[in-house]
Amino acid sequence: MTDFQQQALQLAAQQSAPAWLTDLRATGAERWASTKWPTRKTEAWKYTPLLPLHNDNPARWASVDNCAWQEAIDPIAVDATRLVFINGHFRPEHSSALPAGVVRFSAADAGQQDLIAAHLGKVMDSSLHLFGALSDALLEDGILVHVPHGQKLDKPVYIVNVATPEATPAMSSQRVLVVVEDNAEAELIEHYVSGIEQQNLFVNSHTEVVVGNNAQVQHYRINLEQENLLHVGGVHVDLHRDARFLGFTLAQGSRLKRIDYHVNHKGQGAHLGLNGVYLPRNRQLIDYHTNVEHQVPNCTTDEVFRGIVGDSAKAVFNGRIHIHQDAQKTFAEMSNRNLLTSPTAEVYTKPELEIYADDVRCGHGATIAQLDETSVFYLQSRGVSRADAVRMLSFGFINELLNEVPEQAIQDYLRPRLTALFGQADEKLGHMNYE
Amino acid sequence: MLSIKGLHAKVEEKDILKGLDIEVKPGEVHAIMGPNGSGKSTLGNVLAGRPGYEATAGSVQFKDMDVLELDTEERAREGIFLAFQYPVEIPGVSNMEFLKVSVDAMRKHKGLPELSAVEFMKLARETSKRVDLDANFLKRGVNEGFSGGEKKRNEILQMMLLEPELCILDETDSGLDIDALQVVADGVNSMRDGHRSFIVVTHYQRLLDYIVPDYVHVLADGRIVKSGDKSLALELEAKGYSWLENGEG
Repeated sequence: MTDFQQQALQLAAQQSAPAWLTDLRATGAERWASTKWPTRKTEAWKYTPLLPLHNDNPARWASVDNCAWQEAIDPIAVDATRLVFINGHFRPEHSSALPAGVVRFSAADAGQQDLIAAHLGKVMDSSLHLFGALSDALLEDGILVHVPHGQKLDKPVYIVNVATPEATPAMSSQRVLVVVEDNAEAELIEHYVSGIEQQNLFVNSHTEVVVGNNAQVQHYRINLEQENLLHVGGVHVDLHRDARFLGFTLAQGSRLKRIDYHVNHKGQGAHLGLNGVYLPRNRQLIDYHTNVEHQVPNCTTDEVFRGIVGDSAKAVFNGRIHIHQDAQKTFAEMSNRNLLTSPTAEVYTKPELEIYADDVRCGHGATIAQLDETSVFYLQSRGVSRADAVRMLSFGFINELLNEVPEQAIQDYLRPRLTALFGQADEKLGHMNYE
Repeated sequence: MLSIKGLHAKVEEKDILKGLDIEVKPGEVHAIMGPNGSGKSTLGNVLAGRPGYEATAGSVQFKDMDVLELDTEERAREGIFLAFQYPVEIPGVSNMEFLKVSVDAMRKHKGLPELSAVEFMKLARETSKRVDLDANFLKRGVNEGFSGGEKKRNEILQMMLLEPELCILDETDSGLDIDALQVVADGVNSMRDGHRSFIVVTHYQRLLDYIVPDYVHVLADGRIVKSGDKSLALELEAKGYSWLENGEG
C-alpha cells in the first residue's frame, strides 16, 4: 500500500458516516487497500501516471472556503435547480431550494435511504474503478436525484463544484446518484470549475445513473479547471429497456485529469449518445476512458470524441465497446479525432472493439492530425492572418460538437470561453514544470 | 498594375512555370488558356502564395510591390483575390463568420472600422442574392455540403464582398452548367469598372462568350506561347492546342 492509500483509510476511519452506508464503505475500503497502486504496467493507467497524486498525498479534506464564489466564477446561466459545493462542501446559501426528489444523502428520509442503498455502488463496479473504491470508502454524503415513474423534472439539476486554493494538498469528494424510473425524464449538469489559480486540490468525483425502461437522461459534465488541480472521476450508467442516455462532456485544465464513462446496455432498445471534447494545453494531461457494455440485443451506441492538444500537453482516449454474445443487432459507432497544434503535444488513442455476436454493425475511427494547411491557406487568401486562421479552424473542429449541445445556456457559456482559449497566446500561461 | 517577368515556379520539385511574362493594366481582362498540365492553375496559386508553389526565378510586381516577398494574407489585403478551382470545405466555421472575418481584415487594412454584425449580415444577404445563393448558405459551414456550382458562386460572393483590385479566376467555369455559368459571369461583369483587373484562367472558350476578354494568352509548357485578342480563343476552340505546342515548342 502506498502512503496515500494508507492515509486515506485513516481519513475514512475518522469519519462519522451514517450506519446505512457502513457496508458500502467497508467494501470500498477493502478494495482500495487491496488494490495494487497503478503503475505504467497497469493497462488502464499506462499513459496516465499517478505520480502527481502520489507525490501530493492529499490525505486530508479541503477546507470550507468562504470566498465569494460567484464573483470568482460565473456559473452557467441556466434556469435550473442549483446545488453549489465549494471544495466539496455543500453551500446552501448559494443553492436553490431543493424540489422533492433532489436531496442530499444526509437529509434523505427512510424511503430515500432505501433507494440509495438499493442503487449506490451497484451501477459502478468498484472492483474495476480504484478511485470509485476510494469514493465508497470515504462515503459520507452525496446527492440523490430521483424522478418517479412517468415524471419529468421541471428544471435541470445543476451541480456546481467550485475549487478554491488550499495551502497544502487536500482532497474533495463528490458523489451523485441519479435514479430515473420508467418513462421518466431528467437533465443533469455537473460543472467542475476553478477560476482562481488553483493549487493543491485533488477532486474525486463519481456519478451513478440508473435509467429505467423508456426513460431519458440528458447529462452534461463540464470540467473547466486550472492546471494545478488533479481530478479523477467517473460517470457510470445502467440503461434499461428503451432507455436513453444522452451525454456531453468537455474537459480543460489539470495536470492529471482522468474521467471514465462506463455504460451498461442492460435492456433491449437502449441508446447511448455521448459526445466529448478535450482541450489540454501547456503541461496538462486529460484522459478519457469509455467502456460500453452491450449485454443485450438491439441497442445502439453513438460516441464521438474530439480533442485539440497543444504545447506539451497530453491526451489519452481509450474507447472500449464490448458486444456480448447475446447482443445481436447491436449498432455501435465510435469516432475519435485529434488535432495536434504543437510538435511536443502527445495523443494516445485506442479504440477497443470486442465483438462476440455475429450480427452487429460496429464501426470505429481514430485519427490524429495537424491542421489542414489547405484550409489555412484558403482563409489566409481572404486576408485572414495565419494566427486567426488557426484559431478559427481549431475552434471549428470542436464547434461542430458544440453546435449539437441541446442546452442553449451551455453553448452560450462555453462558446466565448473556448474562443478566448484559442485566441489566447500560448506563452501567457507559460510552461510549468511539475517534476 | 501587375507585371510578371520571366517567372519560373516549381511544385513538389517539378518545374511548372518556365519563364512566364504578362502585363496587366488597370481595367483589363486577360484570359489564360492552355492544355491540361500547362501551368494555368500554378500561376494563380503562385500569385496567391499557396504553400508548396515556389517561385524560383523572375519577378512579380503588383502596384509597385514585390508580391513574392509578401505573405498570403498581405497579398489578399493588398487586393489580390484568387477564386479557387476547388474551394475548401470547412465544417464548424460558419460561412457568415468566415466572410465577416475576411471583410473585417480587409477593412482594417484600409483603415476602415469593422462592420457591425447587423450591417454585415445585411450586406452579405444582399450580395448572396446577386449570385443567386440562398441566404441559408451563409449559416452553413464554409462550403460544407455545397454543390460544385454553389461553391463557385460562393467564391464570387467572396470576391464581391472583398472588392479586390486583381481577381484571378482559376477555372471557375469548370463543371458549371449554362445557368450557373451565366450567374458567375454576370457577377464578374458587374465588377468590371474600368479599374479592377481580371485574369481568367480557363480550359474552355465557352466562358469567354460571357466574360469578354481584352487579351487571350495561350500557356503551354510553362510559357506564354501566343497572345492575341478574343478571336484567338475562337481559333483555339476550332483548332485545339496542338498546332501551337508543336509550332513553338
